Amino acid sequence: MHEWFVINWPFIEWLPPSLVLILGGLLVSFLRGVVQKLMLLAAPTLALVAVLGSAPGAYASFEFLNMQMTLGRVDPLSLVFAHVFAIMALVGAIYALHVRDTIQHVAALIYAGSAMGVVFAGDLVTLYVFWELMMLSSVWLIWRNRRAASLAAGFRYLLVHAVSGVLLLAGIVIYYTQTGSLSFDAIETGSPAFWLILLGFMINAAVPPLHAWLTDAYPEATVTGAVFLCAFTTKTAVYTLIRGFPEAEVLVWLGTLMTLWGVTYAVLANNIRRLLAYHIVSQVGFMVAGIGLGTAMALNGSAAHAFTHILYKALLFMSAGAIIQMTGRAKLTELGGLYRHMPLTFVFYMIAAFSISALPLTSGFVSKTMILEAYADHQAAFVWLVLSLASAGTFLSVGLKLPWFVFMGRDSGLRPREAPANMLVAMGIVAFFCIFIGVYPQWLYQMLPHQPVGYNAYTLAHVFWDLQLLSFVGLVFFVLLKFMAPKDKITLDTDWFYRVAAPHAVGLIHRHGTSAWRNLLAAMRWPLGRIFAQALRYHGPKGILARTSPTGSMVLWVAVLLTATLLLYYI
Amino acid sequence: MLVKLLDLLVRHARWLKRVVLAAMAGLVIADLLSPAGYDRFVWESWGGGGALFGVLACLSLIGLAKALGLGLVYRREAYYDDELAPYRALEDAAEERSRSDLS
Repeated sequence: MHEWFVINWPFIEWLPPSLVLILGGLLVSFLRGVVQKLMLLAAPTLALVAVLGSAPGAYASFEFLNMQMTLGRVDPLSLVFAHVFAIMALVGAIYALHVRDTIQHVAALIYAGSAMGVVFAGDLVTLYVFWELMMLSSVWLIWRNRRAASLAAGFRYLLVHAVSGVLLLAGIVIYYTQTGSLSFDAIETGSPAFWLILLGFMINAAVPPLHAWLTDAYPEATVTGAVFLCAFTTKTAVYTLIRGFPEAEVLVWLGTLMTLWGVTYAVLANNIRRLLAYHIVSQVGFMVAGIGLGTAMALNGSAAHAFTHILYKALLFMSAGAIIQMTGRAKLTELGGLYRHMPLTFVFYMIAAFSISALPLTSGFVSKTMILEAYADHQAAFVWLVLSLASAGTFLSVGLKLPWFVFMGRDSGLRPREAPANMLVAMGIVAFFCIFIGVYPQWLYQMLPHQPVGYNAYTLAHVFWDLQLLSFVGLVFFVLLKFMAPKDKITLDTDWFYRVAAPHAVGLIHRHGTSAWRNLLAAMRWPLGRIFAQALRYHGPKGILARTSPTGSMVLWVAVLLTATLLLYYI
Repeated sequence: MLVKLLDLLVRHARWLKRVVLAAMAGLVIADLLSPAGYDRFVWESWGGGGALFGVLACLSLIGLAKALGLGLVYRREAYYDDELAPYRALEDAAEERSRSDLS
């Protein structure tokens, strides 16, 4: 692990970047105008300096309710994620600088800070607290889009993540009672705690069939909020999976399914941010599959791919956001021919698109091939083939279909201006990293958790295979162009079960339950009436037993009873 | 400047196409001639394996997606609109607030 410099902060041992971002976010809420913008940049800058100046070790440990909490477990794995999170928080702040919405700024900084908190958390309780804070802050980035669809999607997002939080908490409680420890390391296979915590993490990592919250909510977020969203939630989950569940075999198959699920749905998508959101599912699938394999190269590959993915995916969402902001449209069917009006956005988009497609000399190539190489070393042909298929699909949708129907293709008649300068600067910074990492992968490799890395992406065979794969996918795309035209439709995904099926089931039970209860009561009326009538006959106010008997008959009956007793006595 | 460059490329799309196709052919030939780099899977030793895989992968993916879309998951745009009814009032309130923020 390289250390550029280690800072000795006055009075404190270590400056927690998570708290810097969260306190910065709170401070932003009190400021306005230029001072607010300066604070918006200062907090992530200080967080980045704090991350760069962190030396490995355990910091900020304290006891709370007899539990040992650690805010700062700094090691190579947490630092890889912390570096990219800090870069992303700063770039995201630059991208959002023109926005006049304090709530969004506050939410974005607290969200980035909580993600950083998860990455540095040394114990499960600290992790849980930041995990929940991440959910509570990020939902505002969806709600602040202020459309009915965004409000609804935000509530669904909140509910799904609440389930993730509850599963995680239940798992942590069981883990604590079983082991008596709260430290967050690899979790022992097979126990109920293992499955509950794994499920909690898997929901945030958007593993099918628990992934639909992502493709439902991200396209409805604000333009700048989506950039933060696409960077943090899924990647903190990838970090926690690497830390807690390396070599969990179930992740091999779920990761493989993710890659295929994402690219297949992306082919059908019409909303540009939904298309990109499906590719988050697909790309995180590569990381999850790498974690499942669990070899040093696979885990390095997953961490490296998370690093590069955060950057190129953010750039894709930034470009898509710029298009939506400048044209007011988000559907492929409504866009087209924009390259003349937004040329810089187009170029930045293409850099990100080539990166996600793993074109040589871009960042995706040096990280994705690492995971594929780990599977090749393992001779796992099926998984390797599916992951390669997903690579082809990624280029098909993100590298060809989206840019063709947005920037090229037919002229939609839209004449937008280029995106604002701050957005372009943010896109430029990320585009630089996409190419820099592709050209100089050692910069990334030296940060990875398992050293020495000893992997070279740029072998002739890799480059040949990749260039052929991508160029021939391009050939098929242009040959079949008329079949590739987007349709003005939406696609059902697993969210259908809780958006349509579950409410219908509840409605059905309610309606049928009510009528069944009424029928039961109607059927009971006759026997109940009979019982009631009989009771009245004997016990009612005019019933036989309620009559007052005359004294004469009482004497007669007593005489009869006495006679009977006398007779019985003698017999 | 950038627009002019992009326009130039678009104007000469036919040439561009020929150059790219020639480069692709050159790539496959070079792969056929060069010795195989890896032999972990059988297709890694085939010259032009990447090209073949690219075509097959792309075709099968489009087929899979279209079958899934047309057969099962495509719905009209307004399919989920009913669920938005309770949120319309909130949307209107938010719009009004943002208007008053700007004024």
